[in-house]
Amino acid sequence: MIRIAAETPWYDLFSRGARDWLRHNQKVREAVKSTLPELLANENLISQPGNRTVLVPVKFLEHARLRLAESAEQSGAGQGEGKPGDVLRPGREDGESSGRGGTENGEIKFVVELKIDEIVDWLWEELKLPELKPRRSATLDEPDWTREGWDKRGARSRLDRRKTIKEAVKRRSIQEKLGPDVVPITNDDLRFRQLVKRTTPATNAAVIFALDVSGSMDEAQRRLAKTFFFFALQGIRRQYTKVETVFIAHAGEAWEFEESQFFQAQSSGGTVSSSAFKLALDVTRTRYDPSRYNVYFFYASDGENAAEDRAGASASLGALARQVNYAGYVETGGIATFRPRETQLAELFAEMRAGGLPVGTSRLGSQEDVWRTIREFFKEESRKQAA
Amino acid sequence: MTQAPSELEAYAAQIEELAQRLGLDYYPVDFEVAPASLMTEIAVYGLPIRMPHWSFGVRYIHQLVRQSMGHSKIFEVMFPGDPCRAFLMDANSLAENTLVTAHVLGHADFAKHNQLFARFHEMAGGNIVEHAAAHAQRIQQAIQAVGLERVELVLDAALALESHVDVGGELHRSRYPEFVPEKVLQKENSFQKKFGQLPGTAEKLSLPVGMNAAPLRAAVPPHPEYDLLWFIAQYAPELEQWERDIFLMVRAESLYFYPVFACQIMNEGWASYWHARLLREADFLPQPLYLAAIKAHSDVVRPFASGREASLSVNPYHLGFTIWEHIVETHGLARAMEVRRDEDDFGFIRNWLGRELAETSGLFVYEEKQDQEIRVTTRDLDAVREAILAPKFNYGAPRVAAVEMKSDGALELVHDHASDGRGLDAARARKVLEYVRRVWRRPVRLRTVNERRETIELAA
Repeated sequence: MIRIAAETPWYDLFSRGARDWLRHNQKVREAVKSTLPELLANENLISQPGNRTVLVPVKFLEHARLRLAESAEQSGAGQGEGKPGDVLRPGREDGESSGRGGTENGEIKFVVELKIDEIVDWLWEELKLPELKPRRSATLDEPDWTREGWDKRGARSRLDRRKTIKEAVKRRSIQEKLGPDVVPITNDDLRFRQLVKRTTPATNAAVIFALDVSGSMDEAQRRLAKTFFFFALQGIRRQYTKVETVFIAHAGEAWEFEESQFFQAQSSGGTVSSSAFKLALDVTRTRYDPSRYNVYFFYASDGENAAEDRAGASASLGALARQVNYAGYVETGGIATFRPRETQLAELFAEMRAGGLPVGTSRLGSQEDVWRTIREFFKEESRKQAA
Repeated sequence: MTQAPSELEAYAAQIEELAQRLGLDYYPVDFEVAPASLMTEIAVYGLPIRMPHWSFGVRYIHQLVRQSMGHSKIFEVMFPGDPCRAFLMDANSLAENTLVTAHVLGHADFAKHNQLFARFHEMAGGNIVEHAAAHAQRIQQAIQAVGLERVELVLDAALALESHVDVGGELHRSRYPEFVPEKVLQKENSFQKKFGQLPGTAEKLSLPVGMNAAPLRAAVPPHPEYDLLWFIAQYAPELEQWERDIFLMVRAESLYFYPVFACQIMNEGWASYWHARLLREADFLPQPLYLAAIKAHSDVVRPFASGREASLSVNPYHLGFTIWEHIVETHGLARAMEVRRDEDDFGFIRNWLGRELAETSGLFVYEEKQDQEIRVTTRDLDAVREAILAPKFNYGAPRVAAVEMKSDGALELVHDHASDGRGLDAARARKVLEYVRRVWRRPVRLRTVNERRETIELAA
């Protein structure tokens, strides 16, 4: 007996395919997150605005099965025209062996969209990184007009249309029950936004990144610095509504760069750190008045500075450290870099620190050190704020 | 497009009557008219309700993409059993669904009479759809109890070994005997008597006395064990009950899928033969409906897409249909019924795909080089047969057996590379070993060969 059910409601209640697809995506995300620091170091992300996302191209996760190794020639059964020896599809010119027909050519690629803010939130939570707070001082408090509440009277320009319509709707729904003649909008419905004067702590921040690009800084070291800079910036962004960035690269001289060129900059010249400190000081004075901005300075170098620059660097760094919220120094270089003693720059920063200036130093040997370094800086900075 | 079920129901009843008159015999068929979304899921999962696993999600997206590009249209799915469960797509036209109804009756007849289907039916019972739903529910309970991650790890391993079951064996298997059975002294037969009478042999034949005093503990496994799902479920040290359950559930479903896999060409061909014949003889169908249905039929059984000259795959509907028509024409329906009972695709292709049929169907063997050049290599009949059957050997999976459990519990697997012709894909094999290690909880090693045919051992 053939029975054709007219109604089959059960399968509309849930979608197994979508459920398992979402689970797959979740696993992809987890996999992506675990390689995040390296991933982000390769991207040009540092100063992109607001609700930024990164698109990470990923492959479908493969559920492995036991399979025979691919042989040089694969054969199969087909159907149609053609004599033995006839070519059904010509080979590829470039002789590329990857991307075999059907297996990889037809593969669907997809990208995972990750919100940087989410990534950073996740990292901060995962790594239990401390939060920064804006520096609070009278000089940084800005009086400002802020919106607060509504009133039935006010300037036309501050009429809140949405609120007004809501009021009108409410009134009409009551009046319609009483009688047919209902006025669309009355004066009583009007709502105006009110302004009050409030002082708020300044939430502007400027971050100055300085990087030693002399010959002794190799690609790996610069990448480490970049990763560190990226996350330091993210940490600061979490607290400030507006963050401006400055990129300074130096060897014998210092220049300001666009972010896009910053990490590519390279010079074979000697290392004169004071040039970068001076330029940073200049930028701070002209653009980021310390009474209005929280200024952070981060400097990455392998620590080797020209011996004759010691006095100059000391003076300019001292001046800079007095202007900024915090000056951080990361010394790059793996364990392989054997150092019999502290480098000149490490010494300099240590001196500043001993002198009570807001300065911190850290070593950055490998990717794993990035988190430790970030934690050190932020811990110190937030402890100082708490005090 | 959606038709009133009543109209289809009326035709279906008449088709069924006709089918029985023509000699089809089957367990009752329950039809459900289902939306496209369910049909897609059935195509992906193989069953209407099945355990959750992320790998199905990947297949699901691929299927959706193929469907959206028009490469894949699902007409019907039928689950053999008692009753059989068939799903028709609600978006199909009345003509298409009339055709599909006839097609399903062909499948139903095949599933009742084919020996392979019958054996699995007997082992597993007639309601796998319900079993699978119950499995899914038990896995859901396991997820509630121990969390998704842990269940997923077990499913990763079990589903990766899905095809590694012993299709010749039993669904319900007990563990190996714990001790080596004592050798039963055979009664002397006339040969041995004569042999013993030969000069100088009598002393050598007598067994040493006292050897069988203590029973010998049998090695595990006593012979290379190809039923990996069963072996792991039974012998993994420290496997929890719910984990064993999952392995045995995956195994039961895998065994259920085997006849469908091993008889695909025959089964689809048989169903196509019968839908064509039933429609031809169904004089109660209005002419336009008949024409539309026959148009759908020729779309299903054509060897390759129109406008193409060749296809790099063989359409099982076309091939099976062609062979069955030939058998019925030359040997009669009674003989065809015997063939449908006795063969699986291996026998069907080797015994019934003749030179003439292979030529008229334009079957060939092709080869794809590394630079992606594809050439027709031969039209030799034996080569064509083997090329068609190659993907079906050993349930489509490499032959891998468990051969030893070390004293520390480590599991030794061996790949039978000699019969497979080459070694395993090492990267994937390693991943599978990792999956397995998580449930076996002891080292897992697998021997195979590399491209230079040197023995290599992969481990996890």
